[in-house]
Amino acid sequence: MPPPSATYIEGLSAVADTVVSDRLSKRKTRHLRERVIEFVLFSAAAFSVFVTLGIVYVLVSESVHFFQQVSIWDFLTDTQWTPLFDDAHYGVMVLLSGTLVSSAVALAVAVPLGTIIAIYLSEFAPFSIREWAKPLLELLSGVPTVVYGYFALLFVTPLLQVLIPGLPGFSLLSAGLVMGIMIIPYVSSVSEDAMRAVPMSMREGSYAMGATRFQTAMRVVTPAALSGITAAYILGISRAVGETMILAIAAGMQPNLTWNPTEPAATITSFIVQVALGDLPHGSIGYQTIFAAGLTLLLLTLAFNVLGHMLTRRFRQVY
Amino acid sequence: MDQSVLQQTRDLIRRHKRWDLIFAAVGVVCLGVAALTFTALVIDMAIDGAPRLSPDFFTNFPSRRPAQAGILSAWVGTTLVMMVTAGAAIPVGVAAGVYLEEYAPKNLFTAIIEINITNLAGVPSIVYGLLALGLFVYAFGFGQSILSAGLTLALLILPVVIVATREAIRSIPSAIREAAYAVGATKWGTTWDHVLPYSMAGILTGVIIGMARAIGETAPIITIGALTFIAFLPPAPVQAGFPFLSFEWLTAPFTVMPIQMFNWTSRPEAAFHQNAAAAGLVLLFMTLSMNALAIYIRFQLRKRIKW
Repeated sequence: MPPPSATYIEGLSAVADTVVSDRLSKRKTRHLRERVIEFVLFSAAAFSVFVTLGIVYVLVSESVHFFQQVSIWDFLTDTQWTPLFDDAHYGVMVLLSGTLVSSAVALAVAVPLGTIIAIYLSEFAPFSIREWAKPLLELLSGVPTVVYGYFALLFVTPLLQVLIPGLPGFSLLSAGLVMGIMIIPYVSSVSEDAMRAVPMSMREGSYAMGATRFQTAMRVVTPAALSGITAAYILGISRAVGETMILAIAAGMQPNLTWNPTEPAATITSFIVQVALGDLPHGSIGYQTIFAAGLTLLLLTLAFNVLGHMLTRRFRQVY
Repeated sequence: MDQSVLQQTRDLIRRHKRWDLIFAAVGVVCLGVAALTFTALVIDMAIDGAPRLSPDFFTNFPSRRPAQAGILSAWVGTTLVMMVTAGAAIPVGVAAGVYLEEYAPKNLFTAIIEINITNLAGVPSIVYGLLALGLFVYAFGFGQSILSAGLTLALLILPVVIVATREAIRSIPSAIREAAYAVGATKWGTTWDHVLPYSMAGILTGVIIGMARAIGETAPIITIGALTFIAFLPPAPVQAGFPFLSFEWLTAPFTVMPIQMFNWTSRPEAAFHQNAAAAGLVLLFMTLSMNALAIYIRFQLRKRIKW
């Protein structure tokens, strides 16, 4: 077989060159497309960071204007909240007391009920009850808060007035109770997840020693899941502190420095609603007040959320 | 002697087992409290509101006379706001979820994005309202419009959509991806043709739950200053003449279902409370049927897919 002629080899390599360069150029567009798509997807993910920055920027920039006119000391220590009166006082304690009292009432409902439901569903309930209970709890958390507000004002309050004579038509108590029911699903689902994360071998060990279900649940599973359960409570608190509509409807909106749940009072959130319902000019001190109130709320919930997530992470690391 | 020890042990076991029964009963009672509250809520609203649920109620504007008031502007407003919300939240949320699961390198910035999304999910909804008031309404000049409201709710449900997308994608075994890569697919080809279609049901569940939440949200929309009394409809999106599509409705003032309900609830007259109950029933039906749909899809999914 004669060796291939020089022209033949040249021709072959020319063909190979075009094919390779052709494919390379195609590859380039393929890569370019991939890069563009990756960049678009990345921008979408990075967008969430801008949302946070936007929240912080808006709240801080308006609050700065507010704190140029009101000293932080007054804001934290004054015992009156009358931002829209001529004799204006800006004592956020007044709103904070309403927020804390209503949250305390809500937790007094949600913590025991949520915990017991979580222990029951994780350790006791037969499969058939779980299949019903989980969707039920999900529906409970799907009810719009304005509907809960209606229920608190027009069903729970009249009911409580029978039990507690002299209860006013608006009260932190009825709003807090309904808020507690609303929070149960959050508390129970996070606690249940924590309990299910406890390894089966720990339960088996307990049963092998002759412990009953109740003893195992109380002395083995609950302590092992404790930090997760605490995280559930803290996430519940931050939910309660940020809740708006139930309080705006059923707790009345007058500022009232009180620690008594049977009184009506405004909270941070319901004050913002009240101002937004009115007609405040953009840039006025009244308008800036709601941003200062919002900043207080954000810091409060942020503190609880960070604490909650730290605890959640701890319980994940145990096993 | 032996007999009495045996008897004592049996008594002890019986006593301890009794606690099992007592706690199980307490658990059922607690679940019962939750169920009972839910039932009471529905029945109470049904008794007050059901008589008002006539066709007129859906085709009338709000009115000063409670018997003639209806929710026409409210449900139209809710529908339009939800269109904006879905149009903004679904693409951004799904894209962010895909990036975090399929593309993101393990570095500091990814960690920041992840922590940030977790924190956004815990921000109270009214704070989103303040963000929208400062940014959309005044800085961007969108005004108190359907656009502002829709975008606000989109930001609010973004974490829900992202988390649902990530969970749906995470449940797809890596063998599927490896098979696609092995026949020469690019990363995006794999994601678009395989990962996304297989995780569609899971993503859909998250989107529906997010939308159900957005429909019921009141506080952020009140905060941006939506009017409570709207006796007209926004301009229709579809026009008779050229160019057939109009986007004027995006900038129109509006009201939504929960705001209409809030407005009626906060009036002193009992007749308006009946309207509030009727609006609440419609709202509850919307959100609960969406939640039920999501639960159903998830149930079907769990039954069908065996990797």
